[in-house]
Amino acid sequence: MSVVTVQLGQCGNQVGQQLLHSLLCDAQEGQRKELCTASRERFFHQDTHGELVARAVLIDMEPKVINQSISRAARSGMWRYGETSHFSQKQGSGNNWANGFCVHGPAHREVVEELVRREVERCDRLSGLLAMMSVAGGTGSGVGTYVTQCLRDVYPKSFILNHLTWPYGTGEVIVQNYNSVLTLAHLYQLSDAILVHENDTVHQICSQLLNIKHISFADVNSVIAHQLGSVLQPALTADSQGAYSRNPLGELVSALCCHPEFKLLSVSSIPQVPLASMAYSSFSWPSLLKHLRQMLISNTKMEEGIDWQVRPLAAAERSRNLTAGSFNTSLANVLILRGKDVYSTETAGFEDPALYSSWLSPQEAFSVWKSPVPFNKYEKSATLVSNSQALLRPLDSMVGGAWNMFASRAYIHQYTKFGISEEDFLDSFSSLEQVISSYKELR
Amino acid sequence: MEEGVVNEILQGPLREMFDSTQLLTDVSGSGNNWAVGHMTYGSAYREQIVDKLRKAAEHCDCLQCFFLIHSMGGGTGSGLGTKVLSLLEEEFPEVCRIVTSIYPSAEDDVVTSPYNSILAMRELTEHADCVLPVENQSLVDIVKKIKHMSHSGKPGTVIRRESAIISGQGGLIGAEKPFDAMNNIVANLLLNITSSARFEGSLNMDLNEIAMNLVPFPGLHYLVPSLTPLYTLADVSVPSRRLDQMFSDAFSKEHQLIRADPKHSLYLACALMVRGNVQVSDLRRNIERLKPSLPFVSWNQEGWKTGLCSVPPVGHSHSLLALANNTCVKTTFMELRERFTKLYRKKAHLHHYLHVEGMEQSHFSEALSSLSSLIEEYQQLDATKGRLMPDAPRLRIAR
Repeated sequence: MSVVTVQLGQCGNQVGQQLLHSLLCDAQEGQRKELCTASRERFFHQDTHGELVARAVLIDMEPKVINQSISRAARSGMWRYGETSHFSQKQGSGNNWANGFCVHGPAHREVVEELVRREVERCDRLSGLLAMMSVAGGTGSGVGTYVTQCLRDVYPKSFILNHLTWPYGTGEVIVQNYNSVLTLAHLYQLSDAILVHENDTVHQICSQLLNIKHISFADVNSVIAHQLGSVLQPALTADSQGAYSRNPLGELVSALCCHPEFKLLSVSSIPQVPLASMAYSSFSWPSLLKHLRQMLISNTKMEEGIDWQVRPLAAAERSRNLTAGSFNTSLANVLILRGKDVYSTETAGFEDPALYSSWLSPQEAFSVWKSPVPFNKYEKSATLVSNSQALLRPLDSMVGGAWNMFASRAYIHQYTKFGISEEDFLDSFSSLEQVISSYKELR
Repeated sequence: MEEGVVNEILQGPLREMFDSTQLLTDVSGSGNNWAVGHMTYGSAYREQIVDKLRKAAEHCDCLQCFFLIHSMGGGTGSGLGTKVLSLLEEEFPEVCRIVTSIYPSAEDDVVTSPYNSILAMRELTEHADCVLPVENQSLVDIVKKIKHMSHSGKPGTVIRRESAIISGQGGLIGAEKPFDAMNNIVANLLLNITSSARFEGSLNMDLNEIAMNLVPFPGLHYLVPSLTPLYTLADVSVPSRRLDQMFSDAFSKEHQLIRADPKHSLYLACALMVRGNVQVSDLRRNIERLKPSLPFVSWNQEGWKTGLCSVPPVGHSHSLLALANNTCVKTTFMELRERFTKLYRKKAHLHHYLHVEGMEQSHFSEALSSLSSLIEEYQQLDATKGRLMPDAPRLRIAR
């Protein structure tokens, strides 16, 4: 079953291209026929000459990035984008969510729907749609939200997963908090699950784990592509009965998003080591799993500076302790293990009821996916996709920053001139305060 | 409104680039009189101007923005220029209008430049999306600094001639004319602003994003530009702390194109457009480094807009353009207002203006009060500086 990727804006197009590339490179490595076939089927189709063409649609309001992504893909010699699978304009969205959502989105609705429809029809069976975008700018956020709305209308029964890149805390774009708030509030009603990467976290992985001295966006995007790839590359799940799962998005959504108020998913992937050190590193499953579990509990986003003091609270303690402290409560988790000896791994640590809220039994809250094939040159790797309080703090600070700005009505005239009113802002703020409150109360 | 300058351009090396049907000249000039430019020529040539604008707009697949370049002190640039600005707003309301205005220095040879400037300021405040004020005096200072550096003969300070921001290298100029050096600085400003639209980069910053991010309230759209580096040193043995130095320089008074002191006033927002082989980590490191010394308004503590363009300007390995929306512009405006009041109090030269048809005394008083309210708005924001503003109480959810 296939996934159609919709790349929106500069970030979506840059990351999307790297994601597809790393998925294919990994699939075609070595002797892994079954995985290779499954992966290729999922993300690519073959044209009449046998070339691999991505099941992807590229959308942007200015042409430079799309052109770059298309030529990068073509230069790889391994795959390319469809010749007509892209749509761009010339003037950009000016970092303005309202411009993207109210003006560009509707203006180009038909063209975009047509492009997606063509890709969807080429799939034997559609597993779902993956929309990739950033929340800070104007196109990814504004047009991306509008496109997600259209997709939801046109494909009401399909799974829609939005991958969002959250910006650095200290400004890439001054109005990024406004754009993020508007995007998240709307997507919450439209998307089945929202998978988030934060630039700050990925940047730290680049500097502290990968030892990159001069970090570029290409480096950041490469880490995001690796982590996202480790989630989306085919794996064996409990439901897939010995074959590679044919319903990755559906299984992800049903494992993690059992309640419409809880849709924010974070991703942690270990190990992350520089390529040069790979030959000298050895990994053991018990060690990897222990670290990943503690990263989850202490809400550490990478395998460094983990706080081993944080412990899950016993059930009796939890009801008394109103502030959750530094312990990160999960609603649900999916653990994805890839590599050598994956069948002999011991994952009971993740089934501890103390990790989870009381709504689901740990068996319902926790799922494991496995693949005996190593991913992206890591002999063993473990990825955790988590619906937990991990994103609470960045979300809260995003909403707080936007609210402060809104209190002085700064920049609001830029949005109202395109059709977004102060009411709309207030609605978005209320929705997100609701989400924040729900996650805070999780226990 | 006189033929000399346009004719010179048409005989110069760039003559092929200009469409002769898109030129508009008259013979007698505006006599350094804003009213003549704005009212007399404004109404006489209105149709022709709109016509030519439409023609130019029709050639565009997608019109994103208008650049208006003029001076404030004279008659044509100031008067007719601002008339054109309001025509642009009328005819193309959705297209962004970015204005580069050359403000007169205190020792300006045009006596009536304060009148012209204030009358034009009102138009800019009302009709422009954003204004990049440039002061002649700052340009003079920068030129002096470069000339001083290149002649000082100190070891390690030999400048690569073609890399100086005044050199116009990469351009086609032959013999140097007066003001050439200064004009080249402004040309470089415009090159840097448009670089992301012309070249690729890992974080593009388009022209409409500038207005969006740097203008929090409609009238407050005056952005202080500063450019670095002014030149590159020819001596390669000079150690290169140059990259971080470049960021520090952008916030020093000597690199600013108006004479103001942003570091001691309040930043409302700041944009950094970096060109060349600079990565996002360098950008972040320098922002972290400089942030503590730069006072930002309470609701925009993280008020940075950044852009990365891969292609550096000719002769440099990297460059930085900083555009700051800062309350320090109010000092510039206050000085301008003072020069205006000196003349206006005595009604000096006023009759030249009032004789022009359509011009009334109220224009003067309205322009003055428009400027005063602008200054007042900046003052009010300034007053919040240093005050610890509590976070606005958040919405509470009933449970």
